[in-house]
Amino acid sequence: MRYSIWSILRQGLKGNRGWPLAWRDPDPKPSYDAIIIGGGGHGLATAYYLASEHGMTNIAVLEKGWIGGGNVGRNTTIIRSNYLLPGNEAFYELSLKLWEGLEQSVNYNAMVSQRGIINLFHSDAQRDAAVRRGNSMILHGADADILNEDDLRRMCPFLNFDNARFPIKGGLMQKRGGSVRHDAVAWGYARAADRLGVDIIQNCEVTGFVMNGGKCIGVETNRGRILAKKTGVAVAGSTSKVMAGAGLRLPIESHVLQAFVSEGLKPLIPGVITYGAGHFYISQSDKGGLVFGGDIDGYNSYAQRGNLPVVEDVCEGGMALMPMIGKARLLRMWGGIMDMSMDGSPFIDKTPVPGLYLNAGWCYGGFKATPGSGWCFAHLLATDQMHEVATSFRLDRFKTGAVIDEKGSGAQPNLH
Amino acid sequence: MIIPHPLLGPRDASEFTYLGDASLLLRPDAPVGDPTTQTMTAFHDYIHLRDNPHGVHRELWFHEQGDRSWLVVTRHVSSHEILSVELASEAKKPRKNTSKANVKTKPQKGGKR
Repeated sequence: MRYSIWSILRQGLKGNRGWPLAWRDPDPKPSYDAIIIGGGGHGLATAYYLASEHGMTNIAVLEKGWIGGGNVGRNTTIIRSNYLLPGNEAFYELSLKLWEGLEQSVNYNAMVSQRGIINLFHSDAQRDAAVRRGNSMILHGADADILNEDDLRRMCPFLNFDNARFPIKGGLMQKRGGSVRHDAVAWGYARAADRLGVDIIQNCEVTGFVMNGGKCIGVETNRGRILAKKTGVAVAGSTSKVMAGAGLRLPIESHVLQAFVSEGLKPLIPGVITYGAGHFYISQSDKGGLVFGGDIDGYNSYAQRGNLPVVEDVCEGGMALMPMIGKARLLRMWGGIMDMSMDGSPFIDKTPVPGLYLNAGWCYGGFKATPGSGWCFAHLLATDQMHEVATSFRLDRFKTGAVIDEKGSGAQPNLH
Repeated sequence: MIIPHPLLGPRDASEFTYLGDASLLLRPDAPVGDPTTQTMTAFHDYIHLRDNPHGVHRELWFHEQGDRSWLVVTRHVSSHEILSVELASEAKKPRKNTSKANVKTKPQKGGKR
């Protein structure tokens, strides 16, 4: 059924008893043209674009738990394309363009809201860096504006402008940035892929790879062996664990990132605001909760929960940036497992094992990349060629030296 | 997390700085002169590749806000339970002459959470 105002009216008149399931619950077939491991945002987007852009419909998405139960359901829902380096910016701008057309494309209300993102700066040096970044964005076709202090005082009067140590001097704004209803991204892609014939198989954990003469020809799962000409892996924090089954060691560490939401408040924060003097960012959800976060905990972790020192650190950042936040009560906090790469940038590449493809290393920036990642990974799976905006996301870039280190902190994943 | 320091007793993890996998103690010889593929590969693997296990992990913590010693902490990365702690200088001694990157030693008993 196509979702529209008419379908809502029609179903409303029938007491909402006629809605069909949003996607099927099929049993796995013995073999597929392609399998995608991981039913998160990236895996489901990959499946959708494989089916819609490349005509590959005999494919399956295998998910260990339920779809959208991992990082696509655990992030802070921000979309943006304000990157500096050429290897990144073109990709994230493609992703932002795909966000802009997502709801029409998948016929699902993902509540894409381009309410703008502001990165604050506090010194002349930070202003110079922000101007440089903005120019880099504009060169890649994105939008960027420098706000001065007066603009900001009008837009966000609640900020702590006159802090003695870190006075707020302005910000780099991307008006097309914003936020999205994160769960709806997973559900929208799943439903759209399912309508094109993709099998979405939940509660299906991959336990190993089926190899034949050094080539990957399928996977072993807790629901039996499933063969595939091509296998794509998009499992974020579990990447090292899954790929160890193919004998690969990767330039990835898994770390826990916490996120927080306050009680619901009246409309308060106009868009997304990031602090330039500490790691803190905040936005307000459509339900009114303040959604915020900061640094990763900083040690290897596969636990989807963090520890209290980072909670304190994030809340200190919030108090320093906007003291009014101290009046709001914290409602919920949670953790997700980030596949932190050695230079802070992702991989969308073939692996040394023929037939096995990898999409990983998104660090804590995977949500905004969801459509672009699916688009480029589908392109790689279908054509065996890297997409033109993703040619830098190579798995062997630490050997060749062509790293993409936005932050310039070197091979130290907990500092990216 | 509370890290039971071998010399100072239980200390809060926020006093420490985290480096990563304890295999970083076993630095291979840097490629000298004309680097051969083999020494380059060994150095690349040392700097950039990680086992990143889902379970027990031996890792390096630096007591930056304390006695500035390096510790090897054996910790379960799913429960955050600390199984054992030793001084990195002690941990490195018995493996001085091995070349294998991820030799596991027996964790010391008696570490408290």
